Amino acid sequence: MIFARSDPASSSAEASAASAGDWRDAISADDGSHLALKVLIAGGFGVGKTTLVGAVSEIRPLHTEEVLTDVSTDVDDLHGVEGKTTTTVAMDFGRLAFDDGITLYLFGTPGQERFWFMWDEMAYGAIGAVVLIDTRRLTASFAAIDYFEQRGTPFIVAVNCFEGARAHTLKEIRTALDIDPHVPIVLCDVRERDSAKSVLITLVEHALETA
Amino acid sequence: MDSPRERRLNAEAGPLVRPYALTRGRTRVQGFRLDLVTMLVVTGRSPQERARLALEQQRILEMCRRPATVADLTSEMNLPLGVMHVLLADLYQQGLLEERRAAPLAERPSPEILQRVLDDLRAL
Repeated sequence: MIFARSDPASSSAEASAASAGDWRDAISADDGSHLALKVLIAGGFGVGKTTLVGAVSEIRPLHTEEVLTDVSTDVDDLHGVEGKTTTTVAMDFGRLAFDDGITLYLFGTPGQERFWFMWDEMAYGAIGAVVLIDTRRLTASFAAIDYFEQRGTPFIVAVNCFEGARAHTLKEIRTALDIDPHVPIVLCDVRERDSAKSVLITLVEHALETA
Repeated sequence: MDSPRERRLNAEAGPLVRPYALTRGRTRVQGFRLDLVTMLVVTGRSPQERARLALEQQRILEMCRRPATVADLTSEMNLPLGVMHVLLADLYQQGLLEERRAAPLAERPSPEILQRVLDDLRAL
Protein backbone atom coordinates (compact mmCIF):
# COMPACT_ATOMS: atom_id res chain seq x y z
CA MET A 1 0.00 0.00 0.00
CA ILE A 2 1.25 3.43 -0.86
CA PHE A 3 -0.44 5.38 1.88
CA ALA A 4 -0.93 5.13 5.57
CA ARG A 5 2.35 3.54 6.50
CA SER A 6 1.29 2.56 9.94
CA ASP A 7 4.59 2.37 11.76
CA PRO A 8 6.82 5.17 10.55
CA ALA A 9 9.42 4.74 13.27
CA SER A 10 10.18 1.16 12.48
CA SER A 11 9.86 1.50 8.72
CA SER A 12 12.28 4.38 8.53
CA ALA A 13 14.63 2.55 10.85
CA GLU A 14 14.47 -0.44 8.54
CA ALA A 15 15.04 1.79 5.55
CA SER A 16 18.13 3.34 7.01
CA ALA A 17 19.44 0.02 8.22
CA ALA A 18 18.96 -1.49 4.79
CA SER A 19 20.60 1.37 3.00
CA ALA A 20 23.01 2.71 5.58
CA GLY A 21 25.31 5.11 3.86
CA ASP A 22 24.79 3.63 0.44
CA TRP A 23 22.35 5.99 -1.15
CA ARG A 24 25.05 8.00 -2.85
CA ASP A 25 27.32 5.06 -3.39
CA ALA A 26 24.58 3.74 -5.62
CA ILE A 27 25.36 6.63 -7.94
CA SER A 28 29.04 6.04 -8.06
CA ALA A 29 30.32 7.14 -11.40
CA ASP A 30 31.93 10.56 -11.18
CA ASP A 31 31.72 11.53 -14.83
CA GLY A 32 28.65 12.67 -16.68
CA SER A 33 27.27 9.20 -17.28
CA HIS A 34 24.64 9.08 -14.57
CA LEU A 35 21.23 8.58 -16.01
CA ALA A 36 18.14 8.47 -13.86
CA LEU A 37 15.05 7.04 -15.53
CA LYS A 38 11.49 6.70 -14.35
CA VAL A 39 9.10 3.79 -14.45
CA LEU A 40 5.56 4.31 -13.17
CA ILE A 41 3.70 1.63 -11.28
CA ALA A 42 -0.02 2.41 -11.42
CA GLY A 43 -3.09 0.61 -10.21
CA GLY A 44 -5.84 0.69 -7.66
CA PHE A 45 -5.35 1.04 -3.96
CA GLY A 46 -3.98 -2.09 -2.31
CA VAL A 47 -3.26 -3.94 -5.55
CA GLY A 48 0.38 -4.51 -4.62
CA LYS A 49 2.28 -1.59 -6.14
CA THR A 50 4.64 -1.14 -3.23
CA THR A 51 5.20 -4.89 -2.98
CA LEU A 52 6.17 -4.97 -6.64
CA VAL A 53 8.58 -2.07 -6.21
CA GLY A 54 10.08 -3.64 -3.09
CA ALA A 55 10.55 -7.02 -4.75
CA VAL A 56 13.05 -5.67 -7.21
CA SER A 57 14.51 -2.49 -5.72
CA GLU A 58 15.51 -0.63 -2.61
CA ILE A 59 12.49 1.26 -1.28
CA ARG A 60 12.71 4.80 0.00
CA PRO A 61 9.99 7.00 1.47
CA LEU A 62 9.01 10.28 -0.12
CA HIS A 63 6.66 12.93 1.17
CA THR A 64 4.69 15.06 -1.16
CA GLU A 65 1.69 17.25 -0.70
CA GLU A 66 -1.38 18.49 -2.40
CA VAL A 67 -0.86 21.80 -4.12
CA LEU A 68 -2.18 24.83 -2.32
CA THR A 69 -2.46 27.29 -5.15
CA ASP A 70 -0.90 28.11 -8.47
CA VAL A 71 -0.74 31.85 -8.78
CA SER A 72 1.45 33.08 -11.60
CA THR A 73 3.38 35.63 -9.63
CA ASP A 74 7.12 35.43 -9.23
CA VAL A 75 6.99 33.99 -5.78
CA ASP A 76 3.69 33.42 -4.14
CA ASP A 77 3.09 33.11 -0.49
CA LEU A 78 0.39 31.88 1.75
CA HIS A 79 -1.39 35.21 2.22
CA GLY A 80 -4.98 34.90 1.17
CA VAL A 81 -5.08 31.15 1.27
CA GLU A 82 -5.24 30.75 5.01
CA GLY A 83 -8.60 29.11 4.59
CA LYS A 84 -7.22 26.31 2.46
CA THR A 85 -5.88 23.17 3.99
CA THR A 86 -3.13 20.96 2.74
CA THR A 87 -2.16 17.43 3.50
CA THR A 88 1.10 15.67 3.07
CA VAL A 89 1.08 12.26 1.51
CA ALA A 90 3.60 9.52 2.10
CA MET A 91 4.50 7.54 -0.96
CA ASP A 92 7.38 5.22 -1.75
CA PHE A 93 9.74 4.90 -4.61
CA GLY A 94 12.20 2.21 -5.48
CA ARG A 95 15.67 2.66 -6.86
CA LEU A 96 17.56 0.15 -8.92
CA ALA A 97 21.13 1.16 -9.75
CA PHE A 98 23.19 -0.53 -12.45
CA ASP A 99 26.94 -0.53 -12.90
CA ASP A 100 26.81 1.40 -16.16
CA GLY A 101 25.51 4.54 -14.44
CA ILE A 102 21.82 3.98 -15.15
CA THR A 103 19.47 4.14 -12.18
CA LEU A 104 15.84 3.14 -12.54
CA TYR A 105 13.40 4.93 -10.27
CA LEU A 106 10.14 3.11 -9.76
CA PHE A 107 7.33 5.39 -8.66
CA GLY A 108 4.08 4.01 -7.39
CA THR A 109 1.58 6.55 -8.64
CA PRO A 110 -0.98 7.52 -6.05
CA GLY A 111 -4.14 5.79 -7.11
CA GLN A 112 -6.79 8.30 -6.19
CA GLU A 113 -7.92 10.79 -8.76
CA ARG A 114 -7.14 13.72 -6.49
CA PHE A 115 -3.45 13.03 -7.05
CA TRP A 116 -3.62 13.21 -10.81
CA PHE A 117 -1.91 16.56 -10.81
CA MET A 118 1.23 14.57 -10.12
CA TRP A 119 0.83 12.15 -12.98
CA ASP A 120 1.85 14.49 -15.79
CA GLU A 121 5.05 15.35 -14.02
CA MET A 122 5.74 11.72 -13.28
CA ALA A 123 4.93 10.54 -16.80
CA TYR A 124 7.09 13.09 -18.60
CA GLY A 125 10.28 11.43 -19.75
CA ALA A 126 9.30 8.09 -18.23
CA ILE A 127 10.17 4.80 -19.87
CA GLY A 128 6.56 3.77 -19.39
CA ALA A 129 4.08 2.41 -16.92
CA VAL A 130 3.03 -0.88 -15.42
CA VAL A 131 -0.70 -0.97 -14.70
CA LEU A 132 -1.05 -3.52 -11.96
CA ILE A 133 -4.46 -5.12 -11.72
CA ASP A 134 -6.42 -7.33 -9.41
CA THR A 135 -9.01 -9.28 -11.41
CA ARG A 136 -11.49 -8.94 -8.57
CA ARG A 137 -11.42 -5.17 -9.00
CA LEU A 138 -10.75 -4.50 -12.64
CA THR A 139 -12.52 -1.15 -12.62
CA ALA A 140 -9.87 0.24 -10.27
CA SER A 141 -7.43 0.17 -13.19
CA PHE A 142 -9.63 1.88 -15.81
CA ALA A 143 -8.54 5.41 -14.93
CA ALA A 144 -4.86 4.57 -15.23
CA ILE A 145 -5.33 2.75 -18.55
CA ASP A 146 -7.33 5.67 -19.95
CA TYR A 147 -4.68 8.09 -18.80
CA PHE A 148 -1.72 6.29 -20.37
CA GLU A 149 -3.64 5.55 -23.59
CA GLN A 150 -4.55 9.20 -24.02
CA ARG A 151 -1.11 10.42 -23.10
CA GLY A 152 0.63 7.95 -25.38
CA THR A 153 2.77 6.60 -22.56
CA PRO A 154 3.87 3.01 -23.27
CA PHE A 155 2.26 0.72 -20.73
CA ILE A 156 1.72 -2.94 -20.01
CA VAL A 157 -0.87 -4.63 -17.83
CA ALA A 158 0.42 -6.92 -15.09
CA VAL A 159 -2.13 -9.18 -13.43
CA ASN A 160 -1.20 -9.75 -9.82
CA CYS A 161 -2.07 -13.34 -9.12
CA PHE A 162 -4.10 -13.11 -6.01
CA GLU A 163 -5.94 -16.28 -5.32
CA GLY A 164 -8.46 -16.85 -8.07
CA ALA A 165 -6.78 -14.65 -10.62
CA ARG A 166 -5.75 -17.65 -12.65
CA ALA A 167 -9.39 -18.54 -13.13
CA HIS A 168 -9.45 -15.83 -15.79
CA THR A 169 -7.65 -16.19 -19.05
CA LEU A 170 -5.53 -13.34 -20.29
CA LYS A 171 -7.89 -13.13 -23.26
CA GLU A 172 -10.84 -12.59 -20.98
CA ILE A 173 -8.97 -9.92 -19.08
CA ARG A 174 -7.93 -8.18 -22.29
CA THR A 175 -11.53 -8.14 -23.45
CA ALA A 176 -12.76 -6.86 -20.11
CA LEU A 177 -10.18 -4.07 -20.08
CA ASP A 178 -10.77 -3.29 -23.75
CA ILE A 179 -7.10 -2.57 -24.43
CA ASP A 180 -5.31 -2.58 -27.77
CA PRO A 181 -4.02 -5.94 -28.99
CA HIS A 182 -0.42 -4.68 -28.99
CA VAL A 183 -0.45 -3.87 -25.25
CA PRO A 184 1.20 -6.78 -23.43
CA ILE A 185 -0.62 -8.46 -20.54
CA VAL A 186 1.39 -10.60 -18.18
CA LEU A 187 0.63 -12.63 -15.09
CA CYS A 188 2.84 -11.97 -12.10
CA ASP A 189 3.35 -12.52 -8.43
CA VAL A 190 4.52 -9.16 -7.14
CA ARG A 191 6.17 -10.74 -4.11
CA GLU A 192 8.66 -12.60 -6.29
CA ARG A 193 11.78 -10.83 -7.45
CA ASP A 194 12.05 -12.77 -10.71
CA SER A 195 8.42 -12.11 -11.47
CA ALA A 196 8.77 -8.39 -10.78
CA LYS A 197 11.93 -8.30 -12.90
CA SER A 198 10.12 -10.03 -15.74
CA VAL A 199 7.34 -7.41 -15.57
CA LEU A 200 9.92 -4.63 -15.94
CA ILE A 201 11.63 -6.40 -18.84
CA THR A 202 8.29 -6.76 -20.62
CA LEU A 203 7.65 -3.04 -20.15
CA VAL A 204 11.03 -1.97 -21.50
CA GLU A 205 10.71 -4.35 -24.46
CA HIS A 206 7.32 -2.85 -25.20
CA ALA A 207 8.66 0.71 -24.85
CA LEU A 208 11.46 -0.19 -27.25
CA GLU A 209 9.04 -1.66 -29.80
CA THR A 210 6.93 1.48 -29.76
CA ALA A 211 9.85 3.93 -29.58
CA MET B 1 -14.13 28.47 14.27
CA ASP B 2 -12.15 25.51 13.09
CA SER B 3 -8.48 26.11 12.73
CA PRO B 4 -7.25 25.30 9.26
CA ARG B 5 -3.66 25.78 10.23
CA GLU B 6 -2.72 22.19 10.72
CA ARG B 7 -4.18 19.05 9.33
CA ARG B 8 -2.68 15.62 9.16
CA LEU B 9 -3.44 12.84 6.72
CA ASN B 10 -1.91 10.33 9.05
CA ALA B 11 0.49 10.27 11.93
CA GLU B 12 3.54 10.06 9.71
CA ALA B 13 2.63 13.01 7.56
CA GLY B 14 3.16 15.42 10.44
CA PRO B 15 2.35 19.10 10.57
CA LEU B 16 2.93 21.45 7.68
CA VAL B 17 3.72 24.53 9.67
CA ARG B 18 7.41 24.04 10.19
CA PRO B 19 8.49 22.90 6.72
CA TYR B 20 6.90 25.90 5.06
CA ALA B 21 8.33 28.21 7.67
CA LEU B 22 11.62 27.00 6.23
CA THR B 23 10.65 28.42 2.84
CA ARG B 24 9.38 31.61 4.47
CA GLY B 25 5.89 30.71 3.42
CA ARG B 26 6.58 30.31 -0.26
CA THR B 27 5.01 27.39 -2.05
CA ARG B 28 6.27 27.89 -5.60
CA VAL B 29 9.11 29.54 -7.42
CA GLN B 30 8.15 30.49 -10.92
CA GLY B 31 10.32 29.50 -13.82
CA PHE B 32 11.98 26.70 -11.94
CA ARG B 33 10.80 23.22 -12.72
CA LEU B 34 12.35 20.11 -11.34
CA ASP B 35 11.57 16.57 -12.22
CA LEU B 36 11.77 13.86 -9.58
CA VAL B 37 14.77 12.43 -11.41
CA THR B 38 16.49 15.71 -12.22
CA MET B 39 20.08 15.28 -11.11
CA LEU B 40 21.69 18.15 -9.24
CA VAL B 41 25.31 18.77 -8.34
CA VAL B 42 27.20 21.59 -6.65
CA THR B 43 28.74 24.15 -8.97
CA GLY B 44 31.71 24.65 -6.69
CA ARG B 45 30.95 28.33 -6.22
CA SER B 46 31.05 29.63 -2.70
CA PRO B 47 27.86 30.96 -1.25
CA GLN B 48 28.11 34.73 -0.92
CA GLU B 49 26.28 34.76 2.33
CA ARG B 50 26.86 31.35 3.75
CA ALA B 51 25.54 32.42 7.09
CA ARG B 52 22.15 33.05 5.58
CA LEU B 53 21.72 29.59 4.13
CA ALA B 54 19.41 27.47 6.21
CA LEU B 55 21.00 24.43 7.79
CA GLU B 56 18.85 22.33 5.49
CA GLN B 57 20.28 24.09 2.45
CA GLN B 58 23.81 23.57 3.70
CA ARG B 59 23.02 19.90 4.08
CA ILE B 60 21.63 19.75 0.57
CA LEU B 61 24.86 21.26 -0.76
CA GLU B 62 26.84 18.65 1.14
CA MET B 63 24.78 15.87 -0.42
CA CYS B 64 25.12 17.38 -3.89
CA ARG B 65 28.89 17.18 -3.89
CA ARG B 66 28.08 14.10 -5.92
CA PRO B 67 25.14 14.19 -8.32
CA ALA B 68 21.87 13.37 -6.61
CA THR B 69 18.30 13.29 -7.85
CA VAL B 70 15.47 15.37 -6.45
CA ALA B 71 13.76 12.17 -5.32
CA ASP B 72 16.84 11.03 -3.41
CA LEU B 73 17.43 14.42 -1.85
CA THR B 74 13.80 14.77 -0.83
CA SER B 75 13.75 11.34 0.72
CA GLU B 76 17.05 11.88 2.50
CA MET B 77 16.03 15.27 3.88
CA ASN B 78 12.65 13.92 4.93
CA LEU B 79 10.94 17.11 3.78
CA PRO B 80 7.86 17.41 1.57
CA LEU B 81 8.61 17.66 -2.14
CA GLY B 82 7.15 21.17 -2.42
CA VAL B 83 9.41 22.45 0.32
CA MET B 84 12.41 20.87 -1.37
CA HIS B 85 11.52 22.53 -4.67
CA VAL B 86 11.70 25.95 -3.05
CA LEU B 87 14.95 25.22 -1.20
CA LEU B 88 16.55 23.79 -4.35
CA ALA B 89 15.34 26.71 -6.45
CA ASP B 90 17.03 29.11 -4.05
CA LEU B 91 20.32 27.24 -4.30
CA TYR B 92 20.03 27.05 -8.07
CA GLN B 93 19.30 30.75 -8.40
CA GLN B 94 22.25 31.58 -6.17
CA GLY B 95 24.45 29.64 -8.57
CA LEU B 96 25.32 26.99 -6.01
CA LEU B 97 23.63 24.03 -7.71
CA GLU B 98 23.41 23.05 -11.34
CA GLU B 99 21.70 20.36 -13.29
CA ARG B 100 23.65 17.35 -14.48
CA ARG B 101 22.09 15.90 -17.58
CA ALA B 102 23.47 12.87 -19.38
CA ALA B 103 20.77 12.81 -22.03
CA PRO B 104 18.65 15.54 -23.58
CA LEU B 105 15.33 16.24 -21.92
CA ALA B 106 12.68 14.42 -23.92
CA GLU B 107 9.19 13.05 -23.61
CA ARG B 108 10.59 9.53 -23.95
CA PRO B 109 14.05 8.00 -23.54
CA SER B 110 15.87 7.18 -26.78
CA PRO B 111 15.90 3.61 -28.16
CA GLU B 112 19.64 3.43 -27.36
CA ILE B 113 18.97 4.18 -23.70
CA LEU B 114 16.03 1.77 -23.59
CA GLN B 115 18.24 -0.98 -24.99
CA ARG B 116 20.82 -0.33 -22.27
CA VAL B 117 18.10 -0.56 -19.61
CA LEU B 118 16.86 -3.79 -21.13
CA ASP B 119 20.35 -5.30 -21.11
CA ASP B 120 20.85 -4.17 -17.51
CA LEU B 121 17.56 -5.72 -16.39
CA ARG B 122 18.22 -9.00 -18.18
CA ALA B 123 21.61 -9.23 -16.51
CA LEU B 124 20.09 -8.58 -13.07
